[in-house]
Amino acid sequence: MTTQAEPRTSAAIGGMGHSVKRKEDPRFIRGVGEYIDDVNLPGQLWLDIVRSPYAHATIKGIDATEALKIPGVLAVITGADLEKAGLHWMPTLAGDKQMVLPTDTVMYQAQEVCAVVATTKYIAADGVAAVVVDYEPLPVVVDPFKSLEPDAFVLRPDRGPDKQNNHIWHWESGDRAATDADLAAADVHIEQDIYIPRIHVASIETCGCVADWDAVRGQLTLHMTSQAPHVIRTVLALVSGLPEQNIRVKTHDIGGGFGGKVPVYPGYVLAVVASLTVGKPVKWIEDRSENLQADSFARDYHIHAELGATKDGKITSLKAKTVADHGYSDAAADPSKYPAGLFNVITGSYDFPNAFVEVDGVYTNKPPGGVAYRCSFRVTEAVHAVERLVDILAHEIGKDPAQLRMENFIQPEQFPYKTPTGWSYDSGNYPAALQKAMDMIDYAGLRVEQAEKRARGELMGIGISSFTEIVGAGPSHDFDIIGLKMNDGCEIRVHPTGKVLARISSQTQGQGHETTYAQIIAEELGFPVQDIKIEYGDTDTAPYGLGTYGSRSTPTSGAATAVASRKILAKARKLAAHLLEASEDDLEWEPGKFSVKGSPDRFKTIQEIAFAAYTNFPQGMEMGLEAVDYYDPPNLTFPFGSYICVVDIDKGTGRVNVRRFVAIDDCGNIINPMIVDGQIHGGLNMGLAPALYEEITYDELGNNMAGTFMDYLIPTAVESPAWETGKTTTPSPHHPIGAKGVGESATVGAPPAIANAVVDALWHLGVRNIDIPITPQKVWAILHEKGLA
Amino acid sequence: MTTQHITVTVNGEAHEADVEPRLLLVHFLRDSLGLTGTHVGCDTSNCGACTVHVDGESAKSCTMLAVQADGRLIKTIEGMADGATLHPLQQAFWDQHGLQCGFCTPGMIMQSAWLLADNPDPSEHEIREGISGNLCRCTGYVNIVKAIQQAAGEMAAAAETQTGSPVAAG
Repeated sequence: MTTQAEPRTSAAIGGMGHSVKRKEDPRFIRGVGEYIDDVNLPGQLWLDIVRSPYAHATIKGIDATEALKIPGVLAVITGADLEKAGLHWMPTLAGDKQMVLPTDTVMYQAQEVCAVVATTKYIAADGVAAVVVDYEPLPVVVDPFKSLEPDAFVLRPDRGPDKQNNHIWHWESGDRAATDADLAAADVHIEQDIYIPRIHVASIETCGCVADWDAVRGQLTLHMTSQAPHVIRTVLALVSGLPEQNIRVKTHDIGGGFGGKVPVYPGYVLAVVASLTVGKPVKWIEDRSENLQADSFARDYHIHAELGATKDGKITSLKAKTVADHGYSDAAADPSKYPAGLFNVITGSYDFPNAFVEVDGVYTNKPPGGVAYRCSFRVTEAVHAVERLVDILAHEIGKDPAQLRMENFIQPEQFPYKTPTGWSYDSGNYPAALQKAMDMIDYAGLRVEQAEKRARGELMGIGISSFTEIVGAGPSHDFDIIGLKMNDGCEIRVHPTGKVLARISSQTQGQGHETTYAQIIAEELGFPVQDIKIEYGDTDTAPYGLGTYGSRSTPTSGAATAVASRKILAKARKLAAHLLEASEDDLEWEPGKFSVKGSPDRFKTIQEIAFAAYTNFPQGMEMGLEAVDYYDPPNLTFPFGSYICVVDIDKGTGRVNVRRFVAIDDCGNIINPMIVDGQIHGGLNMGLAPALYEEITYDELGNNMAGTFMDYLIPTAVESPAWETGKTTTPSPHHPIGAKGVGESATVGAPPAIANAVVDALWHLGVRNIDIPITPQKVWAILHEKGLA
Repeated sequence: MTTQHITVTVNGEAHEADVEPRLLLVHFLRDSLGLTGTHVGCDTSNCGACTVHVDGESAKSCTMLAVQADGRLIKTIEGMADGATLHPLQQAFWDQHGLQCGFCTPGMIMQSAWLLADNPDPSEHEIREGISGNLCRCTGYVNIVKAIQQAAGEMAAAAETQTGSPVAAG
């Protein structure tokens, strides 16, 4: 795949490389988008949920008498009701199970206890307030390490007799013996505990649905916030027994996803049960507190990491032992073979001869964790660990962190590169990205400035992160979710008048698929981008696929779109040969038309060919110009980048100010530069957030301490720096258009750049690591201890 | 259930209704009037997705009761464009890629409009302060700031054309 630095098509066609303005925006800027809470059906009822104030308790009784007396309250659904239909438990996407409603025990604060169905949302809320639940508190297990102790309360007695403990699974990758031997013999042996805290995606739109059961037609339509509607349809069919052709999942516009709208939450199922029961549409929309307290969480990795190196800084081994807090149920959406996601990409951008990682999943009295925060598969945790360790090594041996990275990078000529944990990196040029970042920010000048400021007693730090991402899951031989292979599709129909309708199986939550997928088709076939309509999010019409998360849309559905376009082009060539009375071999293609070699005035446009596909096609050829493709990627893609961050620390308050942040990203060939930049900006903000602000913590009773936006601090425009971006372009050699995916890169790469900058500012004071989020309190405490604050 | 009779003018059109005293303005706009461009993103007045104008002032409609809007003039995102002609802020958000999922966008545009009415020539810092009550999870705010700058420039130029004199710098 060649590098495509300049657009190949005209601006009027708007293929790859053009910053085409988004086709979806007119409805959003006018306020006429259709998000889930904007869907209102005739006769619609409302469902609201009674939630547990306790993190662990026995339910002694549920008294709905007073609730049912309220005019407009129609029903109260309990776990006992669901148990009669066998619906009180449901499968998670990770092969575990979780409660829809409890029959006897609640496992985390804010867990669903019962549901109230009413004529309006206000009356439903009145009903919730009137339900009386009798709880008997049980011992609460918050700390995953205590959860692993032999005498810990067994949280999931529903598991088999050999699993009467809180250990979910053990997973490992790499060569333990070789790594241990190398670490034992290494000149320099770094060890560091690193905690990657529990965080929440907090998309500005919360989750919700409208379940619409039509008893006469035997049809269930589920309007919902889902990043993976086909998977939802199949799971619904398997769980409910309804025939899959009579289940339709529609997503409409989604107000941000970031992974939080992949799982199946009890509220969705309860709305379906309610609609099946009362025969009317039932709407459930969670409020922000429910969203922050009960929906799936990300991260919560306790990592003990080790790095071996020679005394002059050549790294030789990496080891990480991790305890993963998954809450009371393993509800991650990881591929079956990878319960810890792709965490073994932990060797990152460096040529480690030896590596070994192991992860143990653990139950606690928290909502299901291990899902996503703009990174579905544990890459953020891995990148944070390796980038922190490499930085600690540089500081320990007194080598510049940029220089140390340059000396240890996998070099461009080493690709495809096999990692010690088994991945095959497709392409990369790590030194070029770091050098570009250093040039753009004037790295040498910053080091001079830092030295001057330090001499004056000011605290300034410079942090680097040179990350390698792993996205585009994935090849069918290795990747499935509950058995469903992680491939995605595209179906293209060219209409007689030369206009195009394409349907894709990936789902947009703001990424701009209506624009970028049209650009792929424009690139391949030469139809103007404005003549191409992209549809998705309706399982009755879209091709099957696993949805959008893990930066997988462009690597899978995007590839399918290019391949389907090429199938159309092959037929278009036959039609052109027929129309031009020439041999196919004598035709030349440029985006938008076939011409006869040597006779450029003898040509047929793609629009003329489309018309002929319905009006003048050769005998024996099928009518029409359509194609479908399901893409099975041969490998994952490996975007990368180098980020440099400059921070100033206020000695009086401990506040970290990100003064500058330069992000050089390489996501292969770019479809729409404007949209890629937007993805990087947003990703960087979702890297800044956990680095400095966001964390969901629990007290010893399992009370969520950040359950509203008053306590869970999403960065505003004031906290957010003016991000500076740049690109290098190293195409994926195996992707049809050389693209790699970009949505999560910046969220993965930014936190260690910020953490490294803060530690760089404080290293001379004896500070070696600060776990994120690096709050003013943490920094002030350190400065106070050192007598500086 | 007691109700109270209110008359509210929304986007230039008078609406009369009997509402429960506890009904939030945002639910009146969305559910009673069908103006679903105004969104709900939190319960604590932090996110600003529900921002509208009340008598020309920016207000979070999740933090105001419908009965408090009695006799007042409300403007929502649906009232910003003049037919086919977009408001300069709507155009600028589109031009500058100032939105992704679009959920915060109506509130962000309404807040920006009030900001520019109050300060027609804001600095970047004043813009960032001015929209700090509105959360966006997608854009990192960079292109939102650019969009507001573009709109400020266009609105100042239009005002100059109308009045024949430049708008005083803010």
